[in-house]
This record gives sequence, C-alpha cells and structure tokens, in this order.
Amino acid sequence: MGEVSGLPLLSLLIVIPLLAGALCLFVKAEGARWVALVASFLDLAISAYMWIAFNPDGPQWQFVENWPIGGGVSWAMGIDGIALLLIVLTAFLMVISIGASWRSIEKRVPEYMASFMLMEALMIGAFTAQDLFLFYIFFEGGLIPMYLIIGIWGGAERIKASYKFFLYTFFGSVLMLIAMIYMVSVTGTTSIPALMAYDFPRSAQTWLFLAFLASFAVKLPMWPVHTWLPDAHVQAPTAGSVILAGVLLKLGGYGFVRFSLPMFPEGSLQFLPMMFVLSGVAVVYTSLVALAQTDMKKLIAYSSVAHMAFVTFGLFAMNRQGIEGALMVMLGHGLVSGALFLCVGVIYDRLHTREIARYGGLSDNMPGYALLFMVFTMASVGLPGTSNFVGEFLSLLGTYHASTWGVIAGTTGIILGAAYMLWLYWRICFGTQRNADAAAMPDLSVREWWLLAPIAVAVFWMGIYPESFLKPMRADVGRLQVRLERVAPGGDSKLSPGKPNLKVFDAHEHGAGH
Amino acid sequence: MDRFAPLLPEIILAIGGLVLMMLAAFTGRRGTALVNWLAVALLIAATIALIGPPSHAGPLFDGMVSADLFASFGKAVIFPSAAVAIIAAHGWFERGREHASEYSVLIVFAAVGMAVMVSSTSLVSLYVGLELNSLAGYVLASYDRRDERSAEAGLKYFVLGALASGILLYGISLLYGFTGTTSFTGVAAAFGRGAPSLGLLFGLVFVLSGLAFKASAVPFHMWTPDVYEGAPTPVTTFFASAPKVASVLLAVRVCIEALGPATEAWRQIVICAALLSIFVGAIAAYGQTNIKRLLAYSSINNVGFALIGLAAGDRQGASSVLFYMAVYVVMTVGAFLCVLWMRAEDGEPVETIASLSGLSQRQPGFAAALAIFMFSLAGVPPLFGFWPKLLVFNAAVHAGYVTLAVAGILGAVIGAYYYLKIVKVMYMDEPAAPYRRVREPVQAALVLFAAVIVSPLGYLLIGPLATLTDRAAGSLF
Repeated sequence: MGEVSGLPLLSLLIVIPLLAGALCLFVKAEGARWVALVASFLDLAISAYMWIAFNPDGPQWQFVENWPIGGGVSWAMGIDGIALLLIVLTAFLMVISIGASWRSIEKRVPEYMASFMLMEALMIGAFTAQDLFLFYIFFEGGLIPMYLIIGIWGGAERIKASYKFFLYTFFGSVLMLIAMIYMVSVTGTTSIPALMAYDFPRSAQTWLFLAFLASFAVKLPMWPVHTWLPDAHVQAPTAGSVILAGVLLKLGGYGFVRFSLPMFPEGSLQFLPMMFVLSGVAVVYTSLVALAQTDMKKLIAYSSVAHMAFVTFGLFAMNRQGIEGALMVMLGHGLVSGALFLCVGVIYDRLHTREIARYGGLSDNMPGYALLFMVFTMASVGLPGTSNFVGEFLSLLGTYHASTWGVIAGTTGIILGAAYMLWLYWRICFGTQRNADAAAMPDLSVREWWLLAPIAVAVFWMGIYPESFLKPMRADVGRLQVRLERVAPGGDSKLSPGKPNLKVFDAHEHGAGH
Repeated sequence: MDRFAPLLPEIILAIGGLVLMMLAAFTGRRGTALVNWLAVALLIAATIALIGPPSHAGPLFDGMVSADLFASFGKAVIFPSAAVAIIAAHGWFERGREHASEYSVLIVFAAVGMAVMVSSTSLVSLYVGLELNSLAGYVLASYDRRDERSAEAGLKYFVLGALASGILLYGISLLYGFTGTTSFTGVAAAFGRGAPSLGLLFGLVFVLSGLAFKASAVPFHMWTPDVYEGAPTPVTTFFASAPKVASVLLAVRVCIEALGPATEAWRQIVICAALLSIFVGAIAAYGQTNIKRLLAYSSINNVGFALIGLAAGDRQGASSVLFYMAVYVVMTVGAFLCVLWMRAEDGEPVETIASLSGLSQRQPGFAAALAIFMFSLAGVPPLFGFWPKLLVFNAAVHAGYVTLAVAGILGAVIGAYYYLKIVKVMYMDEPAAPYRRVREPVQAALVLFAAVIVSPLGYLLIGPLATLTDRAAGSLF
C-alpha cells in the first residue's frame, strides 16, 4: 500500500504544523488562533485519511519515506498500526486543545499557538520516526514547547513545575541516548525496524533495558518517578494538561512497545517481576493518593499514573490480550483523561479555583455539564460500553496469564478508581449547593459542547465497537508476540484439570429438573 | 614561489596586518571604519585562500608546520569567527573615545598566531604561534583601558598566561631534552620506543597543562570568568570563539601526532580535564548573575565535551572534536552577539541576567534568537547543538568508554539548568526596563545566520560537515 496519493503524507503531518507555528508568530492573536485551528484540522484530516487507507493485512510499515540526511542518519518515516492510532489520537486531541484555548488563553496568544503547533509536529514525528536518532530528536524536542507552555501560561507555581518537568524527563532520556549510541555502534544501523529484529547479547540487554526504562518510566510515568506529573498537570493550562495526559504520556508506552519489548526481550523478561511490582504499587498507591486529593486536577493526575500502570501490566504480560489491552488503555486514557481535564477546565474558567470543596450540586445549574462529566467519569472507572473497559479488561486478562498477584493489585486499583472518581463526581455535581457563585455558573457554552461531545462519541465508539481500533494493530501485536514468544512468562496460576464431582453435579441437575 | 603557496593565508594576513597597522596609525580615528572593513576583507580573503595548496601541501620547512586538511579546517573556522569579532566591535569602542582601529589589527595578528598554532608540527612553531596569539590577546583584554575591569582583566590574563607559558615551555624543554628533537614525529618516535621515561612523562604533563590553560579546561580555568567578564564584550566574543578552537585543535594535534604512542599516558589526563570541566562549568554557573560570566562557565563546560571526543583518541574522536568546535563557535558567537545588544537606554552595556527579564515581550526576535542559542548550548534536540554532543559521546562509546559518556551526559543535564534559567528569565518573568534598540544590520544578519545554523535546519549540514571533519581528522593519522 504505502503512498496511495504519491504524497509524503507523514512528512506533511509534521511540516504543516511546523509552518503553521512559524506563521503564528507573525500574526495577531485572532489570526494565530485560526491558523492553528486550520492546521490542526488539516492534520486531523490527513491522519483520518491514513487510518482509512491503512491496510491492516499489508506490510508492517506503511507510508514509508526515506531520505538520507548524511552522517548515518536519515529522514526515515513509516508507521505501523500502533503508531497510526497514536497519531490519530494526537491529531484529534490537538484540535480539541486549540479549541479549548480559544478564549481561555488571552495572554501572548501567537506564541501559545506556535508552541502547540511545534508540539504537534514533534509528537507526530516521534511516532513516525524510523531512525533511532531521529526518534530521539523528536522525543526530546517535545520538552521545549511543553516547558514553555507550563512556564508561561501555567498557574502560580508554574516556574518550579516547568523546571521539574524539563529536568526530570531530560535526565531520564539522556541515559537512553547512551544506550542508543551503544546499539548503533554494535549493530551499525540506526534503522528502528532493523533493530527490532536484532538480537543483542543477553548481558547487554540488561543494561540497555534499564537505560531505556529510565527514559520511558519517567515519561509514562511509573511509580516512583511520577512525582513530576502532578506538579506539571496542576500548573499547566487546561489544553497543556490535555496534551500532556493525552499524548506526551503515551510516548512512554509507545517506547516500551517499539523499543524495550522487541529489542530487548530477554532484558524485559529479566525485569518482569520488577515491572509488575512497580505497576502493582503504582495502581494501588496512586489510587489511594488520589482519594486524598482536594484539588481536582491533582486527583486526575494521580489517576493517570494509576491508569498507566495498566499499560505496563498489559505490555509485560507479553501475550496478545495484554498487549492489545495496554494499547487500548493508552488510547482510551488519552481520550478520557483529556476530557476530564477539559471538564475541570470548564468550571475552572468560571470560578478560577480547582478546590473540590468550592463546588457542589452542579447538576442543578449545569445539567449538560453534569451529563458529560458523568460519561467521562464512568469511562474512567471502566464501565462496560466505554473505551477504558475494553482496555483494562483485556490488559488484566492478559496479566492474569502471567501473574495472579498482578491482577489482584490491578483489580484493587479498579475498585479504588471507582471510589475516587465517583466520590469526585458526587462532591462536584451532586449534594447541596454550598456556594452562591458556584450555583450561579452557566451551563456549557456551544463551544464547550463542541469540545466535549466528540470525545464522548469516541469514547463510546471505542467501548462499543473496539474492532475499528484493534484491527489496524492486530497484525503488529501478532508480530510483537512472535518476537516475544521465546521469553513470554509461563504464568503462576496453578491450573489443574478439573475433577468435578459428577455425582453432586448429577444430583444437582436432577434436582433442577424437579 | 611554490614553497610559499601553501602559506598564502598566513602571508595575506601577516602582510595585510602590517599594512593595516600603518594605515591605522596614519589615518587615526577617521580611518577606523576603513581599517575594520579591510581587516574583515583580509580574513575573508585568507579563508578563500585556503582552497588549494594550503589544504594538502603536507609538511613544510623541514616539518615546522604542516599544510594539511586538519589545519585548513581549523583556519576555516578561526578566520571567519575572527572576522565576526571585528564586526561585533562595530560602534563599540567609539563610545569610549578609544582609538578603535588597532582592535582589528590586533585580531588579524592573533589570527596569524592561531593559524600557526593549528598547523604547527613542531614544539617551536607551536610556541611561537601560541605566543603571537596570546600577546594580541593580552592587549585586547585590556583594550578599554579607562575601564578598571578591563585593565584588571588584561593584567590577570597576562600574569596567568605568562605562568602557563612558562609551564608549557618547561614541558617543551623537557621533551626536547629527553628526545633531542622538537618535531612532533621525532617526539612520537621517542615515545614509541617502549615505556616512556619519567622525564618524558613530566614533559607530557607540563605541555598538556599549558595547553589546558589556553583552552580554559579545569583545573586551569580560573582566569576565564574574570577575563570574560572584564574584557569588552566584542573581545570576549573573540576569546570564546577563535582562540578556543585554536587551542583545542592544537591539543588534538599534539596528543595525536606528538604523543600518539603514549595515548594511555595522556588519556587519563584528558578524561580528568574533560569531566572536571563539564561538572565545574555546569555547577559553578548556578549562582551567576552576570551573563558574560555565565557564558564563560558555559565555554568551560563546552571544552569539557570536546575533550571527551579527544579522550577517545582515534580518528572518529578527532573528527567529533572538529565537528563540536565548529558548531560550538556558531552557537557561542551567536549568544555573544546577543549579549552585545544588551544596552541600557543611555547606550551603556548591561550585563545582568536580570535585565533580560521579559525580553520576549519587548523584543521577541531577540529573545527567540538567544533562546535558540541557549537550548542549543544545552544540547537539547531538535536544535543542532545536540548533534555534536551526540558525536563526541558516540566516539567515546565507540572507543569503549561508556562510563565516560554516561558521566559526561549527566553533566549535560546539570548544565541544562542554567541555560533553562536564561530562557525562563526571558520568557516567564515580567518585563524589566527596555533595552535601547541597536541598529546594526550586519550583526543582525549574523545572528540570524547563526540561529538558522543551530536551528533544526542545521541537520542538513551533517552530511558535508561529517565528511569534511572525517577527512580532516584523517590527515592526523
């Protein structure tokens, strides 16, 4: 398949926002808003077209481009089904983010829109890069616009949060860079597809896995290196939080799928117990922390960490259900947490506080808001019929094959998740209206409906007909599974062939017949 | 005449410099602009003259100097950055009623000295080149002679520089005494004959210490912050660019051509200097409030990264050092040109970091350029400053020094903090008193050019630059 239209679509996806970002700097605020919106819609259209044109039974890498730059690197692009869906997610959330910032950002709008456009280009670049160093450039480059977004348009503690975000993630990534240099010097290639099939010596895999883990664990984030996330989320403007939770965190999960698992299978197996323990702790601990929050954004930030633990659970279960589930959690969480941050943004724009206690009984004066917030709350809890159910269920199913204890921790997390999300919803939308100003807030505006309703549709779509999302990545998950076959963990469930007591069974049947 | 053809760039500069000196003496203040532009023209002519025999004629004058691609690469970086230093001074010294035209003459002479440094293949020509450059440098540092800080900078530079020259000379005499020759090949042959004697090792240590002083590598960096802060900003621009390249390249040539067989002996010294420079440069920059001082520590930090490439000790390492220095010069010159524009309303230069506050709202283009240089110096992709860092780490890993690369890269993270701080001040703080607008179209064009090179567009240069540095490094082996 590949280039149906003959156009280098992936490069276009990157170049359009880049040019739009540059253009934003030369126009006034209103112009910048429109430039960014048009560019993000163009990207969404192209990525939607690619989703349709993508051939799930075709070659692994499609829409391939390759132009050598020199010095051993090349502008190598290409996507598989996994990257495809993450690109669609990025383009979708970017349109929403631009819309969410339409009137809530009034300060230095051109620079703001330029930062978002740069962000979009770099994120899509990271998902499409097929050259190791090109990937690193895009992966790390995302730090600069995010640093500026948090630092310029963030809340009161923005400076500290922006430093923390930058230095934490930068520190994680440089170790990965050394590992990449080592890999290239051993194999002599920078091509990611080639490296995905290369078998590194077992002793080297240990170190390579740890170096990549340092980067992806911070990015994802995993407990205990998640502490930058609540700060960054709380201080970032609403749209910044949406992109951070929706796309930036997915880079960590994508990294595990693209690098850690296929490139270092033995290394992954070696650290599997550690990954499960960290995920188990993350899901329970951060859920408990979320329960104790009084700040809405912080609560959702901690819930992100908990949800990301399902990603690591599923991926390191190394079986089809687990990996597919993990990828679905990534997509679903991208939508749902993005939507939840938008919901927080809606009432924050009205009252300028994130204190949960300042709100209450909003279902009276904001019924539309209460409805949509309910949808996303339920999706976050993992109610069947919503996106997160599919992902979390598959991921736990896969984990069960590998570790019973892991599933026990994971399901505990789901229960706690229901607790903190429902409690949050109750405190905000139900109960008595304690504050006159909160009670006087108007319901969703048309613009806000346009932001939240499409996400709600996508959430139901993923929950009711996940096949649209599973289909493009089925073959790729299959390839990954083949790659992992030799190391896939056996599982600790002591299944024994059942010896049903036939007499009792018969008697029961008999009894039922009476 | 053929004998002199390979020396054409040096001849152009030396004779042209003498003529310019006369011109400067007789035209006085009226001729300043003329002398400056002629000096720039000379440097450009010398750069163009590098094409041809000067790049591949080989050893000259019984092995005193070598006209090879390595030397030409160095000169191709040094001459243009010296020219930029002259352009940077435009309109600077006239303010203080100084006699401005000798500034460019001194820079031309310094350029001759640096050209000799990078092409020297003998301990004698090495020393002559180094001193020619340093003498011009001492005068330049104290050029604003009515300014106490400038005078102090000149004196400090002179006293410490003389000390370093002494150490270097002592090392040279030891090497000469124990080998009986001053040529690099002769010294290398002596080191090649089994384990080096104690005298030779002492000579090696002293020579490297002297060179480390010139390159401002830790622990011989003490003069750098004071001199960079005290010297007039155009002079600091010059110090941070061309002489830095010349001394690092000289160190590469000495280590590989003269001390090649003793790699194991000098490698530990270079590794120590590299890591110390990276960490001291990164940590000491934390509390700085003066931007020139901060950039001084940044230059110390950057020399450390270049030395990591040298520590690899092979062709790939040498090539990465060349690449590093070429990109470093662009970034650092760009940053200093921005510093030049920091002027208060009355036209006096301002040097505090605090004065940059909210610059992005006052002068967005200026702030964006400086931010690009800062991110690039920090080595954050997608800016081009990332690539040379990658190359030096690549060389170190390739040579088997993974731990060194890891330590170096951790230093890069620590260093990132203070570059971020400047970006934070410019973009996230409330606007301070505005600067006076500087109308310098040539400088503005240079800043724009530098910013484009270190922007992601710079990656398009990887191919040709990598080929060039590789061939240049190959001429040493």
